[in-house]
Amino acid sequence: MAGGEQVGIVLVSHSSEVADSAAQLARELGGGEAAPVVGAGGAAGGGTGTSSERIAEAAHAVDSGAGVALLADLGSAVLTVKSLLAEGDQLPEPARLVDAPLVEGAIAAAVTASGGADLDAVAAAAEEAYQYRKV
Amino acid sequence: MSEELDTGFFADWLRAAATAIDREAAHLTELDSPIGDADHGSNLQRGFTAVQTALAKEPQETPGALLLFTGRQLISTVGGASGPLYGTLLRRTGKALGDAAAVPLPELAAALRGAADAVAQLGGAAPGDATMLDALYPALDALDAGSAPGDAFPAAARAAAEGAEATVPMQARKGRASYLGERSVGHEDPGAASTALLFEALATAYGEGA
Repeated sequence: MAGGEQVGIVLVSHSSEVADSAAQLARELGGGEAAPVVGAGGAAGGGTGTSSERIAEAAHAVDSGAGVALLADLGSAVLTVKSLLAEGDQLPEPARLVDAPLVEGAIAAAVTASGGADLDAVAAAAEEAYQYRKV
Repeated sequence: MSEELDTGFFADWLRAAATAIDREAAHLTELDSPIGDADHGSNLQRGFTAVQTALAKEPQETPGALLLFTGRQLISTVGGASGPLYGTLLRRTGKALGDAAAVPLPELAAALRGAADAVAQLGGAAPGDATMLDALYPALDALDAGSAPGDAFPAAARAAAEGAEATVPMQARKGRASYLGERSVGHEDPGAASTALLFEALATAYGEGA
């Protein structure tokens, strides 16, 4: 990408440890000029849950102008991202909830974003992770 | 109270809702324990309490603005799936009410129905899945059938409570409870139970203001 801007990636999980560890793994496997990947897990007061503030902060932290891909585990993590997107002014533009498995999708997204791909390509790579059969 | 519902009425509703949720928080969490993650009561209690605190600092001018503001507070403070779901319900209702100073019953009923459809879409659920929708839609049908708030609100409260009870024999198809399959049968859905409290609060707020 001409400006060197990379798509940012936010991983939303009910558990801050899951989100942060998956982000660390994705960064490690992301390659040379690793794109920013951060976790936004757990409830606002700590513990299991989802925090819209943490998600919004993380999205702004990884945004460099090329867009932000958000991956979520389930339930309130998915619904909170969807409602933040519906608010219209809470997340950087463009931001997208990507329909992908959290860990595998994060790695695919990180590798693709690190190569300088745009948000469409990053989202497509993460979604393709569903096609990777293990047996 | 006149037949037009003003900002004061909606503020009374949210206060009555917070009181009802405080009273029933332990029960909601108990309902959530065998099938969910045992946080529904405490999550909603935190959210509706935060709404009261925020409204004390930033009172809102119109019913629409009040519900928009409340919806955003719920999304940011509840911390479970019920935050975005109830947040969307109130925000969409508020948006539909626009900047009117007071709202007649049919307009409120129509705004709530549009919002309920948005909630159904957000959660990917339909009536019969053992969710809040199973209390919500019967309540909205009762609002549509009512001629005035004085009879429509108590009827909606009854319909929502019956709708919540009707989730007991249903198999959950959304959320954590859906992973339990047939084992989810025999439990009242906590979201349907809390929806019934919101409509109980609607009747309470109107009754006290009348």
